[in-house]
Amino acid sequence: MSSLLQLSGVSVTFDGFRAINNLSFQIGEPELRAVIGPNGAGKTTFMDIVTGKTRPDEGTVIWGERSVSLLKMSEAQIARAGIGRKFQRPTVFEDQTVAENLMVALKKDRGPFSVLFWRAEPADQTRIEELASEISLVDHLNTQAGILSHGQKQWLEIGMLLAQEPRLLLVDEPAAGMSGAERDHTTELLKEAAKTRAVVVVEHDMDFVRKLDCKVTVLHEGSVLAEGSLDHVTANQEVIDVYLGR
Amino acid sequence: MERSFFARNPSVMIFIGMLGLFTLAITVMSEAYGTSAISTSLVKTLGMTLCLCLIALAMDLVWGYCGILSLGHFAFFGLGGYMIGMWIMYARTEAVIVTSLANAPLPPTPTELNDAIAVQIFGVVGGDSFPWMWAFSHSLTLQLMLVVLVPGLLALVFGWLAFRSRVTGVYLSILTQAMTLALSLYLFQNDTGLRGNNGLSGLQNIPGAEDIPQAVTSIWLLWASALALGLGYIAAAWIMSGKFGNVIRGIRDDEPRVRFLGYSVEGYKLFVFTVSAVIAGLAGALYYPQAGIINPDEIAPIASIYLAVWVAIGGRGRLYGAVIGAATVSLLSTWFTGGRAPDVNLGFYNIQWVDWWTVLLGLGFVLVTLFAPKGLGGLIDFVIRKDRA
Repeated sequence: MSSLLQLSGVSVTFDGFRAINNLSFQIGEPELRAVIGPNGAGKTTFMDIVTGKTRPDEGTVIWGERSVSLLKMSEAQIARAGIGRKFQRPTVFEDQTVAENLMVALKKDRGPFSVLFWRAEPADQTRIEELASEISLVDHLNTQAGILSHGQKQWLEIGMLLAQEPRLLLVDEPAAGMSGAERDHTTELLKEAAKTRAVVVVEHDMDFVRKLDCKVTVLHEGSVLAEGSLDHVTANQEVIDVYLGR
Repeated sequence: MERSFFARNPSVMIFIGMLGLFTLAITVMSEAYGTSAISTSLVKTLGMTLCLCLIALAMDLVWGYCGILSLGHFAFFGLGGYMIGMWIMYARTEAVIVTSLANAPLPPTPTELNDAIAVQIFGVVGGDSFPWMWAFSHSLTLQLMLVVLVPGLLALVFGWLAFRSRVTGVYLSILTQAMTLALSLYLFQNDTGLRGNNGLSGLQNIPGAEDIPQAVTSIWLLWASALALGLGYIAAAWIMSGKFGNVIRGIRDDEPRVRFLGYSVEGYKLFVFTVSAVIAGLAGALYYPQAGIINPDEIAPIASIYLAVWVAIGGRGRLYGAVIGAATVSLLSTWFTGGRAPDVNLGFYNIQWVDWWTVLLGLGFVLVTLFAPKGLGGLIDFVIRKDRA
């Protein structure tokens, strides 16, 4: 399995605080990976670096077979290269319908002029309906996204990411604020998505991580503390000391 | 089968229909083509109001749809006016000079003619030759191109610098205010080449139409303004009806989401900002021949703030809202400040509307913000939903 994304020796400092410290991380395709760690471990900063929101002070971030550096690309270019990101708080276009949200996300030319003249074809409609049924929102295609429940918004955002057809999906705390049944559905969605692509889930909730049943990376003070199966890392004394023991 | 654009957007047809009826009604009541029920000056006021509606439409595109609160749109409006004004002044003055020199013993050489025109135009600011920026003023075609190009290029350069640096929100609004203030101060200088605070005047006298009465040209300009507003409305509605509109509204509501979906947000903002500036420039080019004069005061920061107030009162994010707001507020403003509104005598104090209109406007703005946050246009939605229920 060749690596899809590889970070080596990445460090970033905010006002003297070292948020990421000599971090190295790699993931192949397809794979499901959970990233856990206490508050301030650098989980969100890690995602910011991969998606181009934050520029590291040192280190390299290499993407894909052709080993391009992500460090010189804008957020939009990185997204077009095939990295999708789900935020912690559900971010969907609340003023627009579920179908419109998905339509904007569909993998198409993103240039202003081609978007200006773009009109949905029957194949696009079918694709939107398929996606909507995957995220259990097929009955809500013409509903304003703003009036969906919290869990439905999270799914819609995941659906938008799937519409983008990314090769790597970064998902920040997808299960936060969800009921038990919603969590199970979310777990299914992520596992299904990880069959054909790389998915990185940042999560706080140990039960949810256990359900994902995948390799786990533990971050602490901006670098990797341990990596392996959940049982393996939770048996690690260092991990217990910094995170689980508290 | 995809339904047509107009079938999917019934409000566009309704708007065009109402605009057509309005124009027809004014025409049959005008002095030139009808019963003389309304005066030529009122025709001009109404024509100018249509131009203000057009710039409000442009403002709604950037602010209501894309979330960019530009407080400098009158810079583009004014530039459009200056560009057309330069041709009108040149061509008119040329005609006058040629007539006056017709009886001279020797016909004037082109240089003499050119110098005489320059003295006539720039004598008021102590100049006697044409500044570089008047290079194309002899040609209507070239000046019309400048009407589009100058506001468009200014918006393109300003927007590129501002959006690329991710300047947003109130900081961007302040920058746009600074832009329009700087332009206004620049034009105030006599040696800028646009006649300083005198501005360009006599613009109501359209070259080539000297023998046609104002009553007639005012109706022509009203038609042109109505046509521009109608086309602008269709264009704006078309742009916002497709996926482009979804992306633009997405930028307004959640800019990072759009960016992480792979859209280059800066490019989209720049596109909308520039299109909007071009529309504003065209509106200005139609407005000032009806107003008759343009000077740097028109570009003062307060004008652009009023524009934002019109759109807010009318209801942003809906095109008819912007039009309703601009028409209502600017016509009320004309009435209240025109000295025709009766004073209100409270016994202890006499309210004179010329002074108190701005207070009333401010109060109206606060009330709309508090009780009808979607503006006057939002009230229309309210009525329509009630009918359906």
